[in-house]
Amino acid sequence: MRNSLPDKKGHFGIFGGKYVIETLMPALNELENAYHEAKRDREFHRELHKYLSEYAGRPTPLYFAKRLTEKLGGARIYLKREDLCHTGAHKINNTLGQLLLTKRMGKKRVIAETGAGQHGVATATAAALFGIECEIFMGEEDIERQSLNVFRMKLLGAKVTPVSSGTKTLKDAMNEALRNWITTVRDTHYVVGSTAGPHPYPMIVRDFQSVIGHETKLQILAREGRLPDYLIACVGGGSNAMGIYYSFYNDKKVKFIGVEAAGYGLNTGYHGASLAKGKVGVLHGSKSYVLQDDDGQIKPAHSISAGLDYPGVGPEHSYYKKTGRAKYVSATDKEALKAFELLSKTEGIIPALESAHAIAYTSKFAKKLNKNKIIVVCLSGRGDKDVNQVAKFMGEKL
Amino acid sequence: MGRIEEKFDELKGKKEKALIAFISAGDPDIDTTKSLVLEMERRGADIVELGVPFSDPLADGPVIQKSYLRALKGKTSLKKIIKMVKELRKKTDVPIVLMSSYNPVLRYGEVKFVNDAVISGIDGVIIPDLPPEESDNLCKMASQKGLDTVFLLAPTSDDERMKLICGRSCGFIYYISVTGITGARKSLSDNIGRMVKKIKRFTDLPVAVGFGVSSPEQAEKVARYSDGIIVGSAIVKIIEKTGQDRKRLVKKVGKFIKGLKEAISPTNRQKI
Repeated sequence: MRNSLPDKKGHFGIFGGKYVIETLMPALNELENAYHEAKRDREFHRELHKYLSEYAGRPTPLYFAKRLTEKLGGARIYLKREDLCHTGAHKINNTLGQLLLTKRMGKKRVIAETGAGQHGVATATAAALFGIECEIFMGEEDIERQSLNVFRMKLLGAKVTPVSSGTKTLKDAMNEALRNWITTVRDTHYVVGSTAGPHPYPMIVRDFQSVIGHETKLQILAREGRLPDYLIACVGGGSNAMGIYYSFYNDKKVKFIGVEAAGYGLNTGYHGASLAKGKVGVLHGSKSYVLQDDDGQIKPAHSISAGLDYPGVGPEHSYYKKTGRAKYVSATDKEALKAFELLSKTEGIIPALESAHAIAYTSKFAKKLNKNKIIVVCLSGRGDKDVNQVAKFMGEKL
Repeated sequence: MGRIEEKFDELKGKKEKALIAFISAGDPDIDTTKSLVLEMERRGADIVELGVPFSDPLADGPVIQKSYLRALKGKTSLKKIIKMVKELRKKTDVPIVLMSSYNPVLRYGEVKFVNDAVISGIDGVIIPDLPPEESDNLCKMASQKGLDTVFLLAPTSDDERMKLICGRSCGFIYYISVTGITGARKSLSDNIGRMVKKIKRFTDLPVAVGFGVSSPEQAEKVARYSDGIIVGSAIVKIIEKTGQDRKRLVKKVGKFIKGLKEAISPTNRQKI
């Protein structure tokens, strides 16, 4: 059994809910109904499973990181290899599911926000696969730091619309996508990319991503004959983390650790650590921990990784924090860069900068543990998209 | 009876329609907002709607987004706006409604907000991203204290939602004329009249129409089908364009208000 949340109104304790303008309420209700119907429909599951295995490459391997484990000299470290998914990150799990829902609802067009570009690419990919028109909203600053993904989206036939308002990053991309949806809601489905946004999105995205944890459980049992002691994942909006946690929810001995972006440092004001430093608020349609000032204005986030550069977090993570089910820590830009190199050199795996945050914390944490402990890290994406940016930081000219 | 209900009653008696004028509080500064409220009332605004600036307003187009940023540059906050209305109440009895995203209200504290708003003389509040489903707490306190909570209906709302929202709204119903965000439109939907009529089946409250109403011609047309019109972005655009010259700005907005009020007056409507 997993937890039975959210409740009927989309609440995880005091968090979650549907905080959107009336224009969108009917569409959210329609989506919720379509999703519940699909969930009961065997054909839907069969089709999703077919695409996940034949197209996206699931199940992804659970890999024992021997050299990393030896180097750190503590707990045994496994990597759940979401970086090996088609398009290079876990995002495709969700977009395939949501595009199948789009087809069911008879909508002709999808829109999405993207930060690092991974969700944009995954949405554009699934849209191309099903022949559905696609428009992606992306902050101008992210377009700059993730130019490779911008070109990929265009190649996949999507229109990429730059967003120049606010901080020109993920938060503003989501603002613009929601504004566009208010106008186009009758024929358009909004493919939210994280476990954030108004109900039913946090639930739908979690469910589509829960394949990560479901596989992990079978794989670790086959390999070690027992469940892991720790699951570690990076948290921006929190979809890869929720994806790996969810199937273990009732296995209370399995500890969840989420790693937020500490940017320049948690006390500098330049970070993306909503759970560590935020207060309860409403951003993008749900109640959760939000980086904000005393007047309720949203504070800009900062992270070297565009996917974690977000002042909010999914409501279920806020619930896990409040109830103590998960512990949330953070890693700075510098630590993430170091981990980026560490994993590349010890295992021959170049991680996404987002996932490098999870590796960064793991590299500190694993050392302190006994050799009989087991950690599974969700390696949510690969780092090809970040190579240009990292080279710049390291002073290398490409 | 609250000021909003009184106003609609008074207008009904005169066979007039309500002109609801929106500006962003604190754009370009709090003092100018005060002058604007008084001038708009003098030139024919029946109800004044004050936007509470927010960093990430989801239902607003570029004109109001920019005006909120200008107001935030001057450190405008909900606290300052409530204080401003208290001062304004020495000079005017025009009904004042706040329009705010939910987060500033939540941060301020719902209980404290309702109390302070009522004490300062604020008559109602519109929170576009707070649907009836999430509003139990606020509505309970607001109805105890006598603060009208105005809810919105949209072209996408079905009968069931109309019923829900009509049962929840106080003061008036805000009908969103377009499937979209705030901002001027060249043309408005032909369905407005039909939708207002439909809403009226579920409520005796006045129905005011906003989002996209920007010219006297559109105001006249929409006023024919409704109990009031709400004009926002078109006024805010004048403020944006006029910029630093405060006196000229107030005069220009006043002139525009006068034009709108004339357009929706019964005598004018008879002429057409």
